[in-house]
Amino acid sequence: MTSPPMTSMQRVLTALSHREADRVPWFLLVTIHGARELGLSIKEYFSKPEYLAEGQLRMRSRYGHDCLYGFSYAAAEAEAFGSETIFFDDGPPNAGPPIIVSANDIRTMELPRVSQVPSLVRVLEAQALMKERVGGDAPIIGVVISPFSLPIMQLGFERYLEVLEQAPDLFARLMAVNEAFCVEWANAQLAAGATAICYFDPMASSTIVTPEQYRLMGMPVAQRTLAQINGPTATHLASGRGLTIIDDIVRTGTAVVGVSVTEDLAELKTACRGRLAVLGNLNGVEMRRWSVAEAEAAVKEAISMAGSGGGFILSDNHGEIPWQVPEEVLMAIGDAVRRWGNYPLSWVDQHG
Amino acid sequence: MISIDLNKKTLNESKLELDDRLRAVDRIGAEKVIRTSLSLYSPSVVAEHIISTALEDLGFAWEKGEASLSQIFMAGRIAEDLVEHLYPITPISESLKTRVAIATLDDFHLLGKRIVLSVLRASGFCVLDYGRQTVPDLAARVVADGIEILLVSTLMLRAALRVLALREAIELQGHRIKIIVGGAPFRFDPRLAEEVGADAMGLTASDAIHILTDLGVARV
Repeated sequence: MTSPPMTSMQRVLTALSHREADRVPWFLLVTIHGARELGLSIKEYFSKPEYLAEGQLRMRSRYGHDCLYGFSYAAAEAEAFGSETIFFDDGPPNAGPPIIVSANDIRTMELPRVSQVPSLVRVLEAQALMKERVGGDAPIIGVVISPFSLPIMQLGFERYLEVLEQAPDLFARLMAVNEAFCVEWANAQLAAGATAICYFDPMASSTIVTPEQYRLMGMPVAQRTLAQINGPTATHLASGRGLTIIDDIVRTGTAVVGVSVTEDLAELKTACRGRLAVLGNLNGVEMRRWSVAEAEAAVKEAISMAGSGGGFILSDNHGEIPWQVPEEVLMAIGDAVRRWGNYPLSWVDQHG
Repeated sequence: MISIDLNKKTLNESKLELDDRLRAVDRIGAEKVIRTSLSLYSPSVVAEHIISTALEDLGFAWEKGEASLSQIFMAGRIAEDLVEHLYPITPISESLKTRVAIATLDDFHLLGKRIVLSVLRASGFCVLDYGRQTVPDLAARVVADGIEILLVSTLMLRAALRVLALREAIELQGHRIKIIVGGAPFRFDPRLAEEVGADAMGLTASDAIHILTDLGVARV
């Protein structure tokens, strides 16, 4: 007698407890594709929570992945601090010019309230609608930009790196405001219906700062922030390298790490085994020109490297599928997960 | 013969020392190394064999995961600043000058461009900084300024794909140009540069030094 298939929620929770579920869970982290699904412009799509919820539900129904992505666009958080957002017809919205341009701007910056930021309220309403529709069958992933990474949009990368290197007092002030905002924003999402929070922290990656800088700055920020979030969290390095800081990421109290295609997935899995679940690491940029066979090969390779023993969720390596990736490729990825991701992964043991 | 070998060793030692100071974001230490080097070698030798190679080594270290972007950024800024302050102004004649410019396409994240610009200027190249540009504005500016080589930095995939439209817009005005691309999308898809019709792609800021050298661009 065979067991009935697990729900997405059961599958994900089993993977997160470092055990093998019925198959490898798959997070298709799609946002703007929902606009295409509903026949709307990207700007229009983000204008109503009903569109965001409907887009996510229809895409899950089409591709059969194991989560709903309760995320709009990163610049929505910069909007909370007064930034403008630039919308495009063929890509994710982008933050406009940095709004913090002087030391005094940091000293006098005020903590925005989530309830007063329309772009964030729309996300909360969308998550509540998703929760109504999906109940406990599938996790709804909320997103925050880490306090350590948000200044990239608030100040611009150059100015932020200068603060990081040369102005510890300004850095401390910036983190104090950002941490309070991040905690309120994360907890509002959990209250609205999100199951877990993805803590996007590209700044933490060893691509951007040295491991020593992370230990000194990014890690304490994450420890303080994650401790105040009332639900499970996943840290995502948004394509950045993380192998050298895995032990430090473990110390932040997060349950998952989103990893880059530029590092060896098997090595990452070994470093994380039993402590962090690994999320990744399909190459979203290359994905737009994959054939069905190439999509299948990429999925198979990732599963063979990280699937055994659970503790692995298949996903892209950036946390967002580019607009240019065609539906056929996403379908092919889903088909490949259902073909090669079923536990036990006897084909991996036989061939690898 | 012996003195040449000794000089070579000293150049390498100076480069290693500068690399060390730049990684540590030690401006005073870096300045001391460059000042000492300038007392031993000509400014062009120091630029090419000490500063440029130290920055190149940092780029390679980043590529291997042994250095961070913040170190490269700060190193580039320090080196550029020191070159500006310590070097005599010796403009090359207009007839020898290849007109080179750099721009970030469609994005307010200007870090990549800033790093490449610093590394090139610290290595003795004369490069115009166009800042953030859209395709139509950049095409118009390139043509008006008679730019021969354009370095384009991108962060988002959609911006990288716009390089194709940029070339079309430039060539539509009868202007020929070499386009060198760089940035995250190109790092994640090595075939993207060819797809958008770029003449060359740089994975690190130091790649830009080699590409400009191969294209025959003279250093100041």
